[in-house]
Amino acid sequence: MRRLTLRSALIALAAVFGTVAAPAWALDAAQARAIAVGDGDARIAALQDAVARADPGLATFAQALLDDAVKTTATGVFIVHDDKAVDAATGQPAKLPDDAEDVSNNNRMRGALETALSGLRLLSPELPVRAKAISELSSAAADPALLPVVEKAFASETDVKLKGQLGRLRAAVQIASPDRAKRLQAIDDLSHSGEPTVRALLQSRLAADAETDPELRTALTHAIVQVEGRLAWGERLGVLFTGISLGSILLLVALGLAITYGLMGVINMAHGELMMIGAYTTWGVQNLFRHFAPGLFDAYIVLAVPASFLVAAAVGAILERGVIRFLYGRPLETLLATWGISLVLMQLVRSIFGAQNVEVENPSWMSGGIAVTSNLTLPYNRLAIIAFAAIVLVGTWLLISRTRLGLFVRGVTQNRRMASCTGIDTVRIDTLAFALGAGIAGMAGCALSQVGNVGPDLGQSYIVDSFMVVVLGGVGQLAGTVLAALGLGLMNKVLEGVAGAVLAKIFVLIFIVVFIQKRPQGLFALKGRSAES
Amino acid sequence: MTTSRRSFSLTLGALAAFASLTSMTAAQAADTIKVGILHSLSGTMAISETVLKDTALMTIAEINAKGGVLGKQLEPVVVDPASNWPLFAEKARQLITQDKVAVTFGCWTSVSRKSVLPVYEELNSLLFYPVQYEGEELSKNVFYTGAAPNQQAIPAVEYLMSKDGGGAKRFVLLGTDYVYPRTTNKILRSFLHSKGITDADIMEEYTPFGHSDYQSIIAKIKKFASEGKKTAVVSTINGDSNVPFYKELGNQGLKATDVPVVAFSVGEEELRGVDTKPLVGNLAAWNYFMSIKNPTNAAFIKEWSDYAKKANLPSKDKPLTNDPMEATYIGIHMWAQAVEKAKSTDTDKVIAAMAGQTFKAPGGFVSTMDPKNHHLHKPVFIGEIKPDGQFNVVWKTPGPIKAQPWSPYIPEDKGKKDEPEKK
Repeated sequence: MRRLTLRSALIALAAVFGTVAAPAWALDAAQARAIAVGDGDARIAALQDAVARADPGLATFAQALLDDAVKTTATGVFIVHDDKAVDAATGQPAKLPDDAEDVSNNNRMRGALETALSGLRLLSPELPVRAKAISELSSAAADPALLPVVEKAFASETDVKLKGQLGRLRAAVQIASPDRAKRLQAIDDLSHSGEPTVRALLQSRLAADAETDPELRTALTHAIVQVEGRLAWGERLGVLFTGISLGSILLLVALGLAITYGLMGVINMAHGELMMIGAYTTWGVQNLFRHFAPGLFDAYIVLAVPASFLVAAAVGAILERGVIRFLYGRPLETLLATWGISLVLMQLVRSIFGAQNVEVENPSWMSGGIAVTSNLTLPYNRLAIIAFAAIVLVGTWLLISRTRLGLFVRGVTQNRRMASCTGIDTVRIDTLAFALGAGIAGMAGCALSQVGNVGPDLGQSYIVDSFMVVVLGGVGQLAGTVLAALGLGLMNKVLEGVAGAVLAKIFVLIFIVVFIQKRPQGLFALKGRSAES
Repeated sequence: MTTSRRSFSLTLGALAAFASLTSMTAAQAADTIKVGILHSLSGTMAISETVLKDTALMTIAEINAKGGVLGKQLEPVVVDPASNWPLFAEKARQLITQDKVAVTFGCWTSVSRKSVLPVYEELNSLLFYPVQYEGEELSKNVFYTGAAPNQQAIPAVEYLMSKDGGGAKRFVLLGTDYVYPRTTNKILRSFLHSKGITDADIMEEYTPFGHSDYQSIIAKIKKFASEGKKTAVVSTINGDSNVPFYKELGNQGLKATDVPVVAFSVGEEELRGVDTKPLVGNLAAWNYFMSIKNPTNAAFIKEWSDYAKKANLPSKDKPLTNDPMEATYIGIHMWAQAVEKAKSTDTDKVIAAMAGQTFKAPGGFVSTMDPKNHHLHKPVFIGEIKPDGQFNVVWKTPGPIKAQPWSPYIPEDKGKKDEPEKK
């Protein structure tokens, strides 16, 4: 909400400056009205007419239309920002009549407005503004009405790279030109492009009776091959990225289990619920920030990560002290008991917070993504989770292999009696190790809250996955867990591309069943006497 | 919070009632008419169905405040089938045989309706189903107050193909993997064929219930859209999967001006948890939107807002209304009118009295129950998502449309009668 008002205030400010800076409001009342009201075709025609004249008043007006800030009456057209109305034709402050109606724009109109705005910005003196406008126009379908503006911009453009892009923009229109030479030139220009829209355009020219000249048809086929070659890389990288992204989530959910099940041998069916507790903690922290520090809302995640770790670790420690320590060495009882605990925890959360999903809002910096190539966008929330998984992995590895606590944990799990003889407090180590596993599960829950839904049964959908990863990787092996998580992630995503989400899941499960049949110890097996006992 | 506690206390109450004197329960039963409410209050469908439970309670309270039905107060009996389809059938049986409800308002997914259908037919009880669905069904024991495909799916696709809708020539049919999306997409595919669109220009994709990773599906849509011709997505994704789907759509930068998404199960309530700014311009087709301006709707929204405050619902700070809520509201009122007309809650008498019932709906039209086919005549609206999560109506039918439960686009439906087989 707050951001929104800030944004509209900025726009209002821009509008005010716009009115001051612009030499004159060249749009007259009739023109503004033609763009704002009437039937879709007529409005778009009026808009394109104004673009072709590069009308200086158009930018403010089009932006206002896009922001749904334009109101009309039977005679006047007004731009309204924060209850202050200005006359769209004169730019003078005006009193808004009571019977003013909102202008409603559909997708088609909005697309035309965006194209018009980008078209106007092509002539901006600022290089970054021009570059942005060009890239916006190249990702949309070609609009013949823009040709005059593009020609003008092409003539005045000094930057070599941008000039090339403008040439392709022009080519996208001229590919349908009646002049054969122009068409040939256009195909040649477009073959240097890496835009999905260009491929679509070229293919549409090949279809039916669009291009009849056999020589040009060959040229088109060649151009398509070239463009597709560029696009293929984006697609391959895309599959790789989604695979890694899913793998990083699997790794996060399995890492805690790799400690409680892998190292300690506790079949913890309540692992998923520990993640759920982490996710609810994140939700709680987010609400605290929203109430007490709305200005720092985007930073809530910094506090949510340690909080979810601590809360889940505390719940884990209580579980270990209260239930699990009495069941060491009895896997079947542990399984049943922890399953019961998972049901209790779920019902507890349902009773306290309600059965409905709770809403965890992403920090604003996690929305959107970076466009690597024209057909590959890496969303920020996925990137953040990959980085987070890597940090948690390195942290866990350091803790287990480099610290005294890690040494004790390894000692106790390998040979409890001998460890006890050397003076290690094995009971305390058990509690700490279980709490650590639970805490990592809590952090995984915090990460999951950023990509999925947070509800009482959040853990249920991940418990099978996490056991799958740990068992496949080889019990007791961090490296195995990492490899299994990434492998399953990639495999799932590659199969999803071929067979669809439902079948991919089935294939992966079949693969695991077969793999475990052939190699029950998993990818990596512990060697030595301790493993055989 | 309330659900399980309530159902727990309900069971307790039922037990106590059984244990104590039967005369007391009999006396109570004489004063009230019991009405069953069968909506998932937990699990993947809770996001959509919980508000329908509250809408039903609100409508019942409204009718009770005006003196009830046949001079008796209505007594709601709420159960939670927990998004678990077989449990729907169990709970339905419990409502009819144990609680002796006169009518049930409930279900969202078609798979839950299919699960309870044999129960209602066997025990000859009444179900009011408030959600748009795939058609291909006409039971004497069910009244369908949501839309049939010709009242939602077909007009939406026609709009996408029109000039104002972007002139789409290629379609992605994306849905959750169960009966409603599969059947709707079967009808749509056959409809698209009739409009000259070939199978090469149609992509069909399904995801499981509760699916939360839409990365590769959106990448696939992007690729499909770049293979020539204007592309549009028709989404029949149901439940809380919609939140990750729309989040991913926004994050991957797929804009509605390039590839519009029209959804049949996404309304104001489902968008509550989503940042709608990147989604502006994506569409939904319904028979009602909260943003429709008319006095009946204003009164409906006010009644809901007041109720949300009074009942201290989690949504009280931002009360939203949507199409299935309107359908629930219409259904309960029509049932009450029919009971008054029949002077009885007897199933067969009420069914006879339902034919031709009318009700001034918040959607701005008078909804009429078809004299024969158990479906409402409803208007169709197509709305675009606005930055505030509301919908801007960009297209509507001139008036209410008669439902076609048997789609003319499915060859096997030819010759099927437009009324229930059994009488």
